Amino acid sequence: MFYIYCPHCREHREEEEFHAKGQAHIARPADPDNCTDEEWGNYVFFRKNPRGLHHELWYHSTGCRKFFNVTRDTVSYEIKEVYKIGEQPQVVAKG
Amino acid sequence: MQRYSGFGLLKHSLSYHENWQRAWRNPKPKKKYDVIIVGGGGHGLATAYYLAKEHGITNVAVIEKGHLGGGNTARNTTIVRSNYLWDEAAHLYEHAMKLWEGLSQDLNYNVMFSQRGVLNLGHTLQDMRDIQRRVNANRLNGIDGEVLDTKGVQEIVPNMDCSANRRYPVLGASWQPRAGVARHDAVAWGFARGADSYGVDLIQQCEVVDMIIEDGAIVGVKTNRHGDIMADRVGCVTAGNSGVMAKMAGFELPLESHPLQALVSEPIKPCLDTVVMSNHVHGYVSQSDKGDLVIGAGIDGYNGYGQRGSYPTIEHTLQAIVELFPQFSRVRMNRQWGGIVDTCPDACPIISDTPVENLFFNCGWGTGGFKATPGSGNVFAATLAKGEAHPLAKPFSMFRFHNGALIDEHGAAGVAH
Repeated sequence: MFYIYCPHCREHREEEEFHAKGQAHIARPADPDNCTDEEWGNYVFFRKNPRGLHHELWYHSTGCRKFFNVTRDTVSYEIKEVYKIGEQPQVVAKG
Repeated sequence: MQRYSGFGLLKHSLSYHENWQRAWRNPKPKKKYDVIIVGGGGHGLATAYYLAKEHGITNVAVIEKGHLGGGNTARNTTIVRSNYLWDEAAHLYEHAMKLWEGLSQDLNYNVMFSQRGVLNLGHTLQDMRDIQRRVNANRLNGIDGEVLDTKGVQEIVPNMDCSANRRYPVLGASWQPRAGVARHDAVAWGFARGADSYGVDLIQQCEVVDMIIEDGAIVGVKTNRHGDIMADRVGCVTAGNSGVMAKMAGFELPLESHPLQALVSEPIKPCLDTVVMSNHVHGYVSQSDKGDLVIGAGIDGYNGYGQRGSYPTIEHTLQAIVELFPQFSRVRMNRQWGGIVDTCPDACPIISDTPVENLFFNCGWGTGGFKATPGSGNVFAATLAKGEAHPLAKPFSMFRFHNGALIDEHGAAGVAH
């Protein structure tokens, strides 16, 4: 069971209040009309799936209903940091 | 290979069952093979077996980092069915179903395949419309299926609460009589023994740590225990670790690894002689021959490699089961575990050639790979033998995520597998 700190509510809440929304920091191609099929496919379908540190988007769905980012270890499940949308992670994978 | 038979059982009883031949050898790997299969789970072992049996390629090694069938093959809920909506998926799973039907005889190994039928319940009007659409699609593809109303469901499972005043009343179900369950470990062991009898080397406790790629073609793999092993072709059947394997080969797969949990109860007297699945309340349950209830549900929403899941998911699963079977509310759960499933964006597998020549991947089975084990191995063996995709595997190319030819089984197939 995760006990997640919501940076908007400034409180720890139980996992059930949240939804995991997958990889964070996905940038939409600047010029979608001129993307190759490969670029567009990569944007829509290909996600990082690291064994280790992962930056992901979470949604406080039954709380403040705001989005925020989490850096989490996908093996130990330990949450390393929580930060708001638009901010950059402090904890990043080496190499 | 010593054949198993009733007579053999009698003969070995005279020597107190102490002289059974080992089911497979534990060989030292050779320097080079025609084909290396990375991953000794059900699908990998089935691939090796059909490579030897149907294509005469016996100079094959299966390299497994743990023990045979110790990953998701040992962790699933053993349900076998083929009632998928889309033609491509239906043909693939029905191919597997036909192989299941003769598998115990073929392998001379009792995989305890029991065609006790699978019910996919509908709780809303939309559920019932989807069920009708899916059953009609199944029948057009030659797959057995019936649409049942509440009374029909109640006749098959008398102890399920089908009363109209439930929060989620059972309005009906799709019913596939040929579907059922099989003994998951026996499938891996049967394929392992079969492959070994053709001379396939099963290398256990040996991890592939890198791939040896020259001029855009794979020529071998680096292992942690036996050094470099060369091969003409390599097939990766590594389920949850496929993304890691693809990274070694220098490309990416559209897979995300999630924990999927299951649990079994204490053994109780026979009370459920079929498989009940519900997409809407999201749970599925069957009873094993030993008497324990085998229960599963959906994946945890976040990515994870931890082979364990979260407690809220267990709670939701059991809520669903108790909703259907209130009398199970006092049954105690015995064990709970999690496996790592490699889910694709369209919930269909990848059986495909790759940007690296002579390297093939069979992965992305997500939450529903067990039912396909023989079919997956069969078409992947043909793919490896010929160097191009088997006709049934062709739609499952990894390049579909760039050309847009997805097979959108999400939510279309019975339950989240």
